[in-house]
Amino acid sequence: MKEGWEAVIGMEIHAQLATATKIFCGCAVETGGEPNSNTCPVCLGLPGALPVLNENVIELGARAALALGLEVQGTSIFARKNYFYPDLPKGYQISQYDKPFSANGTLTIMTSERDASGHATEWKPMNIHIQRMHLEEDAGKNVHEGLPDVDKYSYVDLNRAGTPLGEIVTSPDFRTSWQAYDYVNHVRRALQWVGASDADMEKGNLRCEANVSVRKIGETDFNNKVELKNLNSVRFMQKAIEFEIERQIAAHEADEPVAQETRLWDEKNNQTRVMRSKEDAHDYRYFPEPDLQPLKVTPDFVENVKARMPELPDVMRDRFMETYQLSYSDASQLVGDRSFAEYYETVARISANPKLAANWILGEFTRELNSSGKTADESLTTAEDLAELVITVEAGKINNNQAKEVFAEMFATGKPAAKVIEEKGFEQISDTSAIERIVDDVIASSEANVAAYRGGNDKLFGFFVGQVMKASQGKANPKVVNDILRHRLVG
Amino acid sequence: MIIEEIERTLDNAERLNGQLNSFLSIERDHALSRIEQVSKQTEARPLFGTPIAIKDNICTKGMRTSCGSRILHNYKAQYDATAVKRLNDAGAIVVGKTNMDEFAMGSSNESSAFGAAKNPWDVERVPGGSSGGSAVAVASGVVRVSLGSETGGSVRQPASLCGIFGLKPTYGRISRYGLVAFASSLDNIGIFGLTSLDAARVLFVIAGRDELDSTSADVPVPDYEATINDDIKGKTIGVPRELFGEGLDDEVRNAVENSIDNFRSLGAQIVDVELPYAKYGIAVYYIIATAEASSNLARFDGVRYGFRAEGSHSLREMYMKTREEGFGPEVKRRIMLGTYVLSSGYYDAYYSKAQKVRALVKADYQKVFAKCDAILTPTSPSTAFKIGEKTEDPLAMYLNDIYTVSANLAGVPAVSVPCGLSSDGLPIGTQLIGNFWSEGTLLNLANVYENQFPLGAKPFVFAE
Repeated sequence: MKEGWEAVIGMEIHAQLATATKIFCGCAVETGGEPNSNTCPVCLGLPGALPVLNENVIELGARAALALGLEVQGTSIFARKNYFYPDLPKGYQISQYDKPFSANGTLTIMTSERDASGHATEWKPMNIHIQRMHLEEDAGKNVHEGLPDVDKYSYVDLNRAGTPLGEIVTSPDFRTSWQAYDYVNHVRRALQWVGASDADMEKGNLRCEANVSVRKIGETDFNNKVELKNLNSVRFMQKAIEFEIERQIAAHEADEPVAQETRLWDEKNNQTRVMRSKEDAHDYRYFPEPDLQPLKVTPDFVENVKARMPELPDVMRDRFMETYQLSYSDASQLVGDRSFAEYYETVARISANPKLAANWILGEFTRELNSSGKTADESLTTAEDLAELVITVEAGKINNNQAKEVFAEMFATGKPAAKVIEEKGFEQISDTSAIERIVDDVIASSEANVAAYRGGNDKLFGFFVGQVMKASQGKANPKVVNDILRHRLVG
Repeated sequence: MIIEEIERTLDNAERLNGQLNSFLSIERDHALSRIEQVSKQTEARPLFGTPIAIKDNICTKGMRTSCGSRILHNYKAQYDATAVKRLNDAGAIVVGKTNMDEFAMGSSNESSAFGAAKNPWDVERVPGGSSGGSAVAVASGVVRVSLGSETGGSVRQPASLCGIFGLKPTYGRISRYGLVAFASSLDNIGIFGLTSLDAARVLFVIAGRDELDSTSADVPVPDYEATINDDIKGKTIGVPRELFGEGLDDEVRNAVENSIDNFRSLGAQIVDVELPYAKYGIAVYYIIATAEASSNLARFDGVRYGFRAEGSHSLREMYMKTREEGFGPEVKRRIMLGTYVLSSGYYDAYYSKAQKVRALVKADYQKVFAKCDAILTPTSPSTAFKIGEKTEDPLAMYLNDIYTVSANLAGVPAVSVPCGLSSDGLPIGTQLIGNFWSEGTLLNLANVYENQFPLGAKPFVFAE
């Protein structure tokens, strides 16, 4: 960012709550079906149909709110947001307005600027104020391509209409695009972690909008803000914000006006462009939805949800650092997603070697997951099996290269470590007396070399190790071989 | 045999409709196929074979449900309203859909896109509204019972003007699922009966909690028929004298005063009560009702069903032409009013304030019902007026609801009972308003009154 300027950014995230059915009717929430197949009088907005709140939305809404540090409100009120659009069958969206489901959250995220090659420079904690998360229904979709006579007609698919959403709104707390980027990633992981949302931006079940303005450092008033939409990935969002910051600074410096408007990210041309100006802004005429009762949530209910929530990722990361003496970087990577973190913890506990467990999880295990496209809970190798392998390695029964080979086989087949080791014949001989016998045989059959070694030719040590390993078919524990050889060769 | 009764009903409906225009559709095929269905049912059904007419804003699967509007002139409901489903399950047979003010907005039936229904006592006069067609279907002897809907008096006022019994239940008593919304927080399905007993039987069947309507109440439904003949001696009836002043037709006043004396003669105790906020009822009502209507009627946009204007070049133009051509003037007037009172900067002054006054109206009633079983007032300030008499003056039309709207604002039940005829032979109704969930008390009072003081006259047009 140009010296002397700062950006002021607020974020709005729409997260689809992962219920099986829609928010106000019993239709399935599904993607990819025949258009308008998952619909009923309620989500089609047929005359006379009435909404009934899906109770599971309250549970998942509470999980989402708690994961983001929000307070679930005792009473919240659904309100109608009125506007006309073909994908909005009732002519209003049932949302919440002045009494949202949850409010007043403080969320601590870890954030870092990135260097030119995109690497984080320094991770630091940052507190974000989340004003609210309210509940609402999604609209349907207008379809303009792939159907007959699209030059003459537009089509409407209402399968998505009535999908439950939580809209998460922050204060304008962000000063850089990377802060916003780290925030969205934080929210995404938190929602997935507690099972509130699949939070997959590519599938559209997590959508973000950024409100961006800039001002000279030291100013306290806000300049006109621009609302950015069509941000289809976190990376596009970051780029769009960055572009917008530069565009607005340049405009201010050239004394050109920055209009209060909505702009879209144009990913082909890497720039933002105007979608609609303030003059087109709607008056949504919000008023309380008379078809629904106020939503009451008791403190007991919230406590109950809280009690059933998993440990949150940041708490888990800090605990890993503290309990297992892991670095910030390792611990952060381990809590990348919940099944992965839980997998690690099982391996760490059973193997009683959290350091070595972390190396395996972040090394071989991660590489196998990446190349197979699996998640930790889809792995054929259980955490218990991997722990056994870690124990075997630590006991020195097989060497590292063998262990990697063993693990590749375990991951591919799901066989336990012992079985693969046996099949491959990798079991190391660490039994001292057995190795002593081999060493004695080697020494006895290499009189000339023994004499040379004892005469000062240290380089011959490798020769003896090789002979012993060869005689043991590679199974002798090299460390034990070294110790015994040194001792015996002294004479 | 039910087949004869249903055929006679259908014949009467068809024969009288040219004169009365009370039915928008007469469902002969449906009714005849229903006879076969209900005849196969072995279990006893409380409304077995009872013909019933349904207001055209209540969804009836496969039948036209037009709401009296051009914008839904060709709309067939895709499902049955809960009330209709319960009627069908009880063995009742829907014979037709009745005329109404467009989207239930009106007090005379004249805002129907299909022409007004006519009052069978004098076909030059309005039957009242908005449920005029349902009132006429009963008053003209075609059916004994019909469903209407109420937002501010749309059952009680036409019941009064047509000389029959009309009931608006407690808000939440009858599911609204399938009632096309006008003003959701005020709307109720109501019942017309040739007598209060007819209505009681239907109420018992359709009342009660419905999982499809979040505002329907989980309050037990008593056997209304079991208490309908109870002695009313000792019942306390409150009379708010301030509602008997200016604006009330003298003949109506006399008839209603007479009904007070009659109740006294039946052993009821008459006491004076006050409803100080009732006078704000009309103002509050026309803010809240229009606000909700402006939102409820947004779905009629030409996109998915109903009427769509031809020849538009943009989405916006299609919306505007469809709604311009599809809605009548009264509906447009109310959508504009409602849009205005909800708009940014006016919400607090209108909608929010109206909700506060509404709470005061409700508190008025709660105070009075601490010492009364019912409140008695006129139902309508006048008898049936001439068709066309008030169409140029919307405010005069709105004042027809002056005695009825406050029960909708408070959510309490109320009935209209015939109590006399004017000098030119037009019926007059007296209104009884009860406490929450006290439909049983109101039906009891009405039934005893009807039995002791029957109207003793039949309309000019009546199916024999």
